[in-house]
Amino acid sequence: MGQTLFDKIWAQHSVKELGDVTLLAIDRILLHERTGGVALRSLRDSGRSVRGVERVFGIMDHVVDTFPGRTDKTVMPTGADFIRTFREECARNGITLFDIGDPRQGIVHVVSPEQGIVQPGVTLIAPDSHTCTQGAIGAMAWGVGSSEAEHALATGVLRVAKPANMRIRVTGALGLGVTVKDLALHILAELSAGGGKGCAIEYCGEAIEALEIEARMTLCNMAAELSAFNAMIAPDDKTIAYLKGRPFAPQGALWDQAEAYWRTLKSDDDAIFDRDVTIDASSVAPMVTWGASPQQASPLNARVPAYEEVAQRESRESYQRGLDYMALESGAPLEGIKIDAAFIGSCTNSRISDLRAAAAVLKGRKVAAGVKAICVPGSSQVKLQAEAEGIDKVFAEAGFEWRESGCSMCFFAGGESFAPKARVVSSTNRNFENRQGPGTRTHLASPAVVAASAIAGALADPRKL
Amino acid sequence: MSVRTPMPLVSGVAAPLVRANIDTDIIIPSREIRSTTKQGLKDGLFAGWRYTDIDARAANPDFVLNQPRYAEAKIILGGPNFGCGSSREHAVWALHEYGVRAVIAPSFNAIFYGNCIRNSLAPVTLSEEDIATIAAEVESADAPALEIDLVQSEIRTPSGARFGFTMPDEPREMLVNGFDAIDLTLTHDEAINAHRARDAAARPWVYAR
Repeated sequence: MGQTLFDKIWAQHSVKELGDVTLLAIDRILLHERTGGVALRSLRDSGRSVRGVERVFGIMDHVVDTFPGRTDKTVMPTGADFIRTFREECARNGITLFDIGDPRQGIVHVVSPEQGIVQPGVTLIAPDSHTCTQGAIGAMAWGVGSSEAEHALATGVLRVAKPANMRIRVTGALGLGVTVKDLALHILAELSAGGGKGCAIEYCGEAIEALEIEARMTLCNMAAELSAFNAMIAPDDKTIAYLKGRPFAPQGALWDQAEAYWRTLKSDDDAIFDRDVTIDASSVAPMVTWGASPQQASPLNARVPAYEEVAQRESRESYQRGLDYMALESGAPLEGIKIDAAFIGSCTNSRISDLRAAAAVLKGRKVAAGVKAICVPGSSQVKLQAEAEGIDKVFAEAGFEWRESGCSMCFFAGGESFAPKARVVSSTNRNFENRQGPGTRTHLASPAVVAASAIAGALADPRKL
Repeated sequence: MSVRTPMPLVSGVAAPLVRANIDTDIIIPSREIRSTTKQGLKDGLFAGWRYTDIDARAANPDFVLNQPRYAEAKIILGGPNFGCGSSREHAVWALHEYGVRAVIAPSFNAIFYGNCIRNSLAPVTLSEEDIATIAAEVESADAPALEIDLVQSEIRTPSGARFGFTMPDEPREMLVNGFDAIDLTLTHDEAINAHRARDAAARPWVYAR
């Protein structure tokens, strides 16, 4: 019987079977300032030390301010404690840190691929649920809690129960003006927020092969919203071209050896998947969420669904709670819902391709009066690249704030938030209650839809501008 | 440092909060995570639901934990996909600090589940139907208390009804014995080192820096 891509990487890292868990070797551990300091200090308090420090990277992203000219200070008075504790612990342990001011700093899931830290076939963990983003490179990458991060730091392995194999095949092609973010929201609406639970997802099919690497990251990123263990896309020519020459990618003879191995990393033709789902890419339209769970998503040109239309995936109570929180009525057209703010950023959609897509919509236009619009590039490298292309000016001339890189207002960890009950169209991944601020009403959408909505002052389809 | 303790039995007040997809932002919003320790989180637990004014800490009388009979809750009866979203372990630390020692739900997010096991908080999986039955009984009982026997895999209600559940051996042993996972894993040091040596020969580029 054939093996899946996931099975192959699992077998390569299997140290020992222990009943219903396996000791799995961990190749890369990424830490950030919100929990990295806690994990490293807890490790030290237990009289243990980091095993294999060369596999560990620290990045400032969760709490750091994103205002221009930032320091260690944040809107939240104690934010600097997180930053300084983490910095001290990284120094004490000899961990490579991409600190504030380092040109490599940025959101961990943007930076790691950009620097070539994640590679096909590696196991990579971080105390962040969106670590699955990095499966787009063909790695087995998943999010853990900070105790698990501490476990991996101390032992080099984790105790993991093997998830089921799930294949999501996406056939056909995305239509003109339809993005991978729309595909991700479409899949969430189809499968629900628990639709990937207990599963290692492999995305495949012609629509996936057609995606560029950054778009693949957006898709794998949203697997966290399916409650999946992880998501992966088999490495191909695009992956290999993407990694070539990156600072932490192999070089010389090691590159050749690595590339030969990477090319073997794919599911066998006769591999058995526990679950198999097929999605038709041509049926995907620009999407937007209307509730307080990412599964509460519909085509932008539709109306807020009646309960009967979504009854298969949720209870009447959670449907109604979502609508009440969002202050929306069943049957209201989604297009034209007035917004107070627009946000482009986060590990989902803040890469250079995202900023280019938004800039194409914004060029020569102005953000509607009264709309607060913010763009936070995913990394300092993305920011520099955008500035080299003049994209920063397009954003600024349209009326967007142009920020330093970080997780920022995706979840206001540093204390900055939108106004109470503000309605925000956001290129992020979670429209949870209070996520972006107290009572903030988040509509998830693609960068192009966010840009078009910022111009219109209401949810808007970029294809119609 | 950890809050782990051996926990063969959880016995106490059970609060029904049976909603789908209760995410960790709901359990503890980001702005309630203010310190670089695992403490000081209990007042932020369910802040968005528990308070009508979060900054003033004005209690929302409709929220279950603000009702006197559930205020001492040790057990939460939850809905499917409990603990979805952010990996923040603060969600489990906040629940634990409040006094919660078990969550009974039809399903859990995997990261949240793992965080529970590492912090002596029992995630018990039970069908939606059974949870609805137990919630109904708890709501009408004089004393809304349950017993969760992690050794016998059984939940006992005030009326004496028993509901069996299944939990894999690994998490059960961790909870019942209060094991330190790192200590257990380090007993396999030899296998870990041998694997590393083998793998470094097979995939040298992963180890080069």
